[in-house]
Amino acid sequence: MYDKEKLKEISLSKEEWEKGQVAKTLSRFKERKENFETTSGITVERLYTPLENQDTDYMKDLGMPGEYPYTRGVQPTMYRGRFWTMRQYAGFATAEDSNKRYRYLLDQGQTGLSVAFDLPTQIGYDSDAEIAQGEIGKVGVAIDTLQDMETLFNQIPLDKVSTSMTINAPASVLLAMYIAVAEKQGVTPDKLQGTIQNDILKEYAARGTYIYPPEPSMRLITNIFEFCSKNVPNWNTISISGYHIREAGSTAAQEVAFTLADGIAYVDAAIKAGLDVDGFAGRLSFFFNAHNDLLEEVAKFRVARRLWAKIMRERFGAKNPRSWMLRFHTQTGGSTLTAQQPENNIVRVAIQTLAAVLGGTQSLHTNSKDEALALPSEESVRIALRTQQIVAYESGVCDTIDPLAGSYYVESLTNEIEKKALEYIEKIDALGGAAKAIEQGYIQKEIADSSYAYQKEVEANERIVVGMNKFQVEEKPIEGLLRVDPSVGEAQVKKLKALKESRDNVAVKSKLSVLREAAKTDANLMPYILDAVRVYASEGEICDVMREIFGEYRPVEIL
Amino acid sequence: MSEKQIRVLVAKPGLDGHDRGAKVIARALRDAGMEVIYSGLRQTPEQIVAAAVQEDVDVVAMSLLSGAHNHLFPKVVKLLAEEGSEDVLVLGGGVIPDADIPYLKENGIAEVFTPGTPTGKVIEYIKNNVRQA
Repeated sequence: MYDKEKLKEISLSKEEWEKGQVAKTLSRFKERKENFETTSGITVERLYTPLENQDTDYMKDLGMPGEYPYTRGVQPTMYRGRFWTMRQYAGFATAEDSNKRYRYLLDQGQTGLSVAFDLPTQIGYDSDAEIAQGEIGKVGVAIDTLQDMETLFNQIPLDKVSTSMTINAPASVLLAMYIAVAEKQGVTPDKLQGTIQNDILKEYAARGTYIYPPEPSMRLITNIFEFCSKNVPNWNTISISGYHIREAGSTAAQEVAFTLADGIAYVDAAIKAGLDVDGFAGRLSFFFNAHNDLLEEVAKFRVARRLWAKIMRERFGAKNPRSWMLRFHTQTGGSTLTAQQPENNIVRVAIQTLAAVLGGTQSLHTNSKDEALALPSEESVRIALRTQQIVAYESGVCDTIDPLAGSYYVESLTNEIEKKALEYIEKIDALGGAAKAIEQGYIQKEIADSSYAYQKEVEANERIVVGMNKFQVEEKPIEGLLRVDPSVGEAQVKKLKALKESRDNVAVKSKLSVLREAAKTDANLMPYILDAVRVYASEGEICDVMREIFGEYRPVEIL
Repeated sequence: MSEKQIRVLVAKPGLDGHDRGAKVIARALRDAGMEVIYSGLRQTPEQIVAAAVQEDVDVVAMSLLSGAHNHLFPKVVKLLAEEGSEDVLVLGGGVIPDADIPYLKENGIAEVFTPGTPTGKVIEYIKNNVRQA
């Protein structure tokens, strides 16, 4: 990209500067650290110049926004056209409570919904299951049957909003319920827009809400790909997630590597099931974290796009440009928030918001300041949403596309992270792919090693977390935290009991038994699940039928 | 004569899958010379107590971020007592509001460690408070 003679000139001048100016300064003042490193262990040089980027081929490595390899963004006009979707992950207690919070957020200018389910729902247990006690409505909303789902979206027109649902192992059941609620609103499936997370591999590796073993889980996922490509064409059938991998302690480079390796496994599985790559790949979406190391994060997002485009075109031979595009949601980093001086978290979230936006995200959730302590209060959620709005409307960073491109440092970092990510992907390929690498505990061990190394750095004060290991103050206990009343659980159990008595139990039994038979074949299970939710079979009942046939996942524990 | 090695069960009760903290604590305790057993995810109080008894541990350290601590932690203490293991030191950690700590302590949780606690503090607490036979 640069003239050879000019590069020589820069090289000479840099050398002189190092021997002269820099050496003189260093002899009087040492630098703050001996080695400067990003969180991914990439050495950060004192100064970046065209010398570090001399091999860059602009058209091959960067290109134009909306064009291969999409390093600069997936849309031709990016935020000059419209801002990203501001989508706050929310849900707690009962469907009524969550419905109220969604309508509040939509009134405040939020543009999409994001549903948080409680743990029993995420793991396929009804609220009346023994193991669900104490967890009902705690980290999200409790959904047992279609009745709860109807309440959750009461007065929210499903043809007008897009809805993201953080649901993985039982994604097929919750998607079926969403389709059934839409039917009752008179909205056909082809009008529905949204995303299910549906990413089981990262559940095994980092998040923990698995139910079935890998093989039947992958089958359910490809069933959804196939069903949606025919019936719900605007639905994002999976959100391949690095978010939780990062939260579990990985580095930025590991986050992008392990996520894309999971993506490769899903594409492989779908092709093996006989699907045409261009028939489903355009509906794959991704989900990343945004941490505090601003420039490394921006580089990470750019790498993810570039690498995925290459993988889809070169490795899988996808022909449709839509299949090459990595579209992603971002959430700011929950694990970066501190319980100490929680107001400081507002600033962290602002930096992370900038990282996501400068990285070209398609949608964003910003965390609230009190999330290291409890579920966020309404006030703190509003500040978090306002943070996005301030970046969008006031900062000016949205007025041109990929504004950090061409920064000597950012481009160099982009190349370095790509190199590291590729090394991991090759290693995982050699282990037999992401599912095998997880079964062997490789990915879990890598994440746990990084997380422990980080913790040791913090405790040795080699890494400063403001307010936690430096600049502490005496603090009073925080007031006004959101609490989920234990009576929520009792009420939900009562409601479920009443429904189980009033519904057509003959129909439920019959639909469940048809589903059981289908699960034993290689039929697509989506139509059977849809039939079962329509007659108010509960999520737990449907998942239990599949547990009978599929068995349950038994994890390997890696310390 | 060397001291007897302290045995710790690091456990994840309930349905919560956040195990970063539990794993960091498990490694730190191990690096501090303790013998550590990690339960893995989704353990019921009954399973935790059975493992604690079988492994003859001195300490049960539970981590929970889902908000179900008031329901699950005291159950473990109660079941340990029923097994005649009331001298096992029971600790809790995770996203636990300050307001819940007095209730947990009244119910036999010796100490509760909240986000930002250095692992060294947990190690020191265990060394000072463990009741070894």
